Amino acid sequence: MIELEGLTKRFGSKVAVDHLTCQVRPGMVTGFLGPNGAGKSTTMRMMLDLDNPTSGTVRIDGKHYHELQEPLKYIGALLDAKSMHGGRSAYNNLLCLAQSNRIPSSRVDEVLDTVGLSGVAKKKSKGFSLGMGQRLGIASALLGDPEILMFDEPVNGLDPEGIHWIRNLMKALAAEGRTIFVSSHLMSEMALTADHLIVIGQGRLLADTSMADFIHENSRSYVRLRSPQQERLRDVLHQEGFTAVEADGGTLEIDGATTEELGELAARHQVVLHELSSQRASLEEAFMQMTAGSVEYHAHSGPGGAEPPPTVGAGWGEGWQQPGGTAAPGTTAPGTTTPGSVDGTENKGA
Amino acid sequence: MASVPAVLNSEWTKIRTVSSTTWTLICAFAVTVAMSAALCALLNATFDDLSEAEQATFDPTLVSFSGTVLGQLAMVVFGVLVVGTEYSSGMIRTSLAAVPQRGTLLFSKITVAGVLALVVGLLTSFVSFFLGQALLGDRGTDLGADNVLRAVVGAGLYMGLIAIFSMGVTAMLRSSMLSLGILVPFFFLISQILIAVPYAKDVARYFPDQAGSKIMQVVPEAMGSDPSPYGPWAGLGIMVAWVVAAVLGGYLVLKNRDA
Ligand SMILES: Nc1ncnc2c1ncn2[C@@H]1O[C@H](COP(=O)(O)OP(=O)(O)OP(=O)(O)O)[C@@H](O)[C@H]1O
Ligand SMILES: [Mg+2]
Repeated sequence: MIELEGLTKRFGSKVAVDHLTCQVRPGMVTGFLGPNGAGKSTTMRMMLDLDNPTSGTVRIDGKHYHELQEPLKYIGALLDAKSMHGGRSAYNNLLCLAQSNRIPSSRVDEVLDTVGLSGVAKKKSKGFSLGMGQRLGIASALLGDPEILMFDEPVNGLDPEGIHWIRNLMKALAAEGRTIFVSSHLMSEMALTADHLIVIGQGRLLADTSMADFIHENSRSYVRLRSPQQERLRDVLHQEGFTAVEADGGTLEIDGATTEELGELAARHQVVLHELSSQRASLEEAFMQMTAGSVEYHAHSGPGGAEPPPTVGAGWGEGWQQPGGTAAPGTTAPGTTTPGSVDGTENKGA
Repeated sequence: MASVPAVLNSEWTKIRTVSSTTWTLICAFAVTVAMSAALCALLNATFDDLSEAEQATFDPTLVSFSGTVLGQLAMVVFGVLVVGTEYSSGMIRTSLAAVPQRGTLLFSKITVAGVLALVVGLLTSFVSFFLGQALLGDRGTDLGADNVLRAVVGAGLYMGLIAIFSMGVTAMLRSSMLSLGILVPFFFLISQILIAVPYAKDVARYFPDQAGSKIMQVVPEAMGSDPSPYGPWAGLGIMVAWVVAAVLGGYLVLKNRDA
C-alpha cells in the first residue's frame, strides 16, 4: 500500500504536483492518468525519493522510501526517461543493480528471459530500440521480485505484441496480490488493464474511483440505426416512445434500447434497415472532458492536423463513436477481460 | 539501510563493465611513462646545455615524473566519467532507487574508483621511475637514496588524488561535459601558466596540482624552481584538503538536489 498525503512539488513558480492525497492499494492495477505535464512522472519520482517534495509525504507500507532495506526487493520501478548506461550490456546493467540489493545474479537471467531480452543480454544497451530499452527497464523493475511495481508509461514504444504482453503481465502480477501503479495518457489503455483509476490534471486530483464505476458513469451506450426509409423509421420510433437523435451520415441514435427491441420493431413495421448496431461512447472522451480544464499543452490543428480535444458539453460527434460489431450487442474487443471494457476505443476517429 | 559491501560490489561491477575505465587508465599509465621516458632521455642527452642552476639542482626523481603533466589529464577524464556517466545516461535515477542512501552510494563509488586510480597511479609512478632512472644512466638515482621512495609513492598518490578530485567536482557539477570543460583547461593550461606568472604564482602555489606535485621533488627547489612555503607532505596535505572539499561538495549537492 502506497499512501500519498498532501504531496506537493513546486519547480520555481510552477506547481507540478498540488496537494495530492490518495492511496494505491495491493491486489489490483491502479491506473494513474493525466494529460502531458499533469505531474505523473514527478509524483512517481517523489515516491522513489528521487525528487524532494515541497511538502507532503509518501509512505510505502508506512515507511519512507529511504527507510526501506534493499528497496528493490520492496518496490520496482520503470521510469519514463532512459535510466541505464548505454555502454554497458543489458546483463551487466541489471547485475550492478542486483548486487547493490544482494539479489542473486541468477535472477538477472530470469528477468531478462521474462522480458524477452535473453538473446541480446550481452549487447550494449545503447544499441537498443525504444521498445527494447523499455523492456530492459521493466526487467529492472522486476529484478527484486517486489510486492509493489510502478510503471511510468510502460507501453511507450512497445509493439502491439509487447503492449499485450505488458497488460497481461500487470494483471498477472496484481492477481498475485501485488500493488501495481501504472501511468498512462490513454484511457483506452487503462480501461483494458486497470481496476482502479487516479486521474490528475495540473497536479491536482481529479478523480479517484474504481474503473467499473468510471465506466458506469461515463460510458453511454446506445443503438445506431440507418435506413433508406428514415422518415418512416422516425415515425415508428416516435410512436413506440423512443427518442431518436439524428447523427452524422443520416444515422439515428437511440438511447436506452436494445438491438433486439429495435430490430423486431423494424421488422414488425417492415422498415428496411441498412445498419443496426450497439454502440459505446469512448471513455477517452469522458477522460478528455474531465481533464479539459487542465490540459496545458494543446496542439493547434493545422491543415490535416488533429482535432483539439472537445470541450465540456460538446456533442458525441461521429468521430468519437466506436463501430461495434453490426447487430452484435455487447461485443468486446479481442483479448478484453476487464468487465465492461469498451470495444475498439483505440480506433478513435481523427 | 543498504549494505555497504553490497554497494561496493555493485560499484566495482559498474566500473569494470564500461570500456572508458580501461582506456582512460591505460592512457594515464602509457602517456605518463612514455613522456617521462622521453624527457629523461632528452635531458640526459642535453645535460650540458642546462643552465648552471638547473644542473646544480638536477632532480632525477622529479624528471622521471615529467609525464604526469599530461598523464594526469587521463586521470581527470577517468574521474569525471566514473561519476558523470551516471548523469548523462540517466542511470543515476536507477542507482538511487536501488540505493536511496545517497552518501553510501557516492562514497562507495568514490572509494572503489579512488582505490583503482591509486593503484594505477602507483603502478605508473614506479614504472616511470625505474624506466626514467635507467635512461638517465649515471645521472639517475635509486629507491634507496634519501626521500626517493617518498617521492615515488607520492607521485602515485598524486595521480590517484587528481582522479578523486575530479570525481568530487563532477558530483557537484552533475555533468561530464561541463566538468571536463573546466578541469582539463584548468590543470593543463591555467594552473601551468599562472605558476609562471609573478604574483599570480603566490596563489597558484596553493592549487591542488601545484601543491600536490611538491611531493615528487627530492631536491629542494629542484630544477631551479622557486622555494616554496610548504614542504612535500604539507603540499600533499593541501591537495588532500582540496580533494576532501570537492568530495564533500559533491555529497552535499547529491544529497540536496532532485535526481
Ligand atoms: N526538473 C524540472 N524542473 C522544472 N520543471 C519540471 C521539472 N520536472 C517536471 N517539471 C514540470 O512539472 C510538470 C509536470 O511534469 P511531469 O513530467 O511530472 O508530467 P507528466 O504527467 O509525467 O507528463 P507526461 O505525460 O508528458 O510524461 C510539467 O509542467 C513540467 O514542465
Ligand atoms: Mg511523464
